[in-house]
Amino acid sequence: MSPDPRPAVIGRRLQEVRRIVAVTGGKGGIGKSMVAACLALCLARRGGRVGLLDLDFTGPCAHLFLGLDLGFPAENAGLVPAEQRGIRFMSIAHFAGAEPVSLRGVDVSSALVELLAVVRWGALDYLVIDLPPGLGDTLLDAVRLLQRGEYLAVATASAVVVATVERTLRLLRKVEAPVLGVIENMRRAPSGAVAGLAAAAGVPFWGSLPFDPHLEEALGRPEAMAATQACTALDRIAARYLLP
Amino acid sequence: MHEFALAEGVAVTALAAARAEGLKRITRLVVSIGELQQVERTLFAEILREVMPQTHADLAGAELELRTVPAVLRCHACGNEFGLAACAESLGDAPAEAIHFIPELARAYLCCPACGSPDFAIVRGRGVWLEQVEGTA
Repeated sequence: MSPDPRPAVIGRRLQEVRRIVAVTGGKGGIGKSMVAACLALCLARRGGRVGLLDLDFTGPCAHLFLGLDLGFPAENAGLVPAEQRGIRFMSIAHFAGAEPVSLRGVDVSSALVELLAVVRWGALDYLVIDLPPGLGDTLLDAVRLLQRGEYLAVATASAVVVATVERTLRLLRKVEAPVLGVIENMRRAPSGAVAGLAAAAGVPFWGSLPFDPHLEEALGRPEAMAATQACTALDRIAARYLLP
Repeated sequence: MHEFALAEGVAVTALAAARAEGLKRITRLVVSIGELQQVERTLFAEILREVMPQTHADLAGAELELRTVPAVLRCHACGNEFGLAACAESLGDAPAEAIHFIPELARAYLCCPACGSPDFAIVRGRGVWLEQVEGTA
């Protein structure tokens, strides 16, 4: 017998979290972290109690969008995410700083289980999770361990992205993970590609976020970020589909 | 301290294991602590003794045996097998603290003493796990 004691308490750590929204898509560079961070920001600005968990161990960057501090979290019978800008935030970047975190699959799973087992989120209306690219360990472990997880897919109109996100949606259907909807990001011109992707997968199309040339200038400044065209559009989507 | 969260995991898992084996009263737990996570044994035992009766009355009074398991790391690049002492000598406080919270971060801060590669497997001695549950039916 050598059972891992950590998975047994993950449900307890999340028992006061009303909804878990995991942002995925499968492809890198399509704006998952931006959508996750800004979704957390929009929900917090609308009065929600919000957590943001960055599970992209290789390239954690959700904090960069909102200018969140990366000091060590406090300890109180577990790790307690510091609340910043109305968001309780947790990332591997708290512990690794700028060091490269290059993990093989088994280590990815173990680090993810550790975080889920020891972080005390407390009472939240929404825990938004930023998932890394790919259909590997993190997504599979999220599905396995977050029994109330709901998935929000991000895509762009590029045929390359659509093909990858389609695979992600197929996987989520196979493992019977609930998909909330699909959001088109970085829209430059009208296109039915992402709406068509959602329709073909039988999941709701939540709408589009325009390509915003000023997004980069707003990095690290939540007020400026909230005023961007992309975040404004996301706020409307959040209000329509996620608010009670 | 985050040891409390780990101890709670041990207690809940021990209870489930005991129930699965048809044990009503739990008399003894054997728990292993991996060297890599740097969990202090006496402190962890104290916390576990506090957490066990809070988890379930059937865990109250169980004898506790804690074993420390030395860390064994194996380099993927050159095959060298090494321990923590061989590579963690100059580790600063912040990296040691990071590994304490998430042992996999050894991969960010340590490297193979033979070839310098950060690509190694944690073969043994990672975290905290339950070895044995004894009790009466």
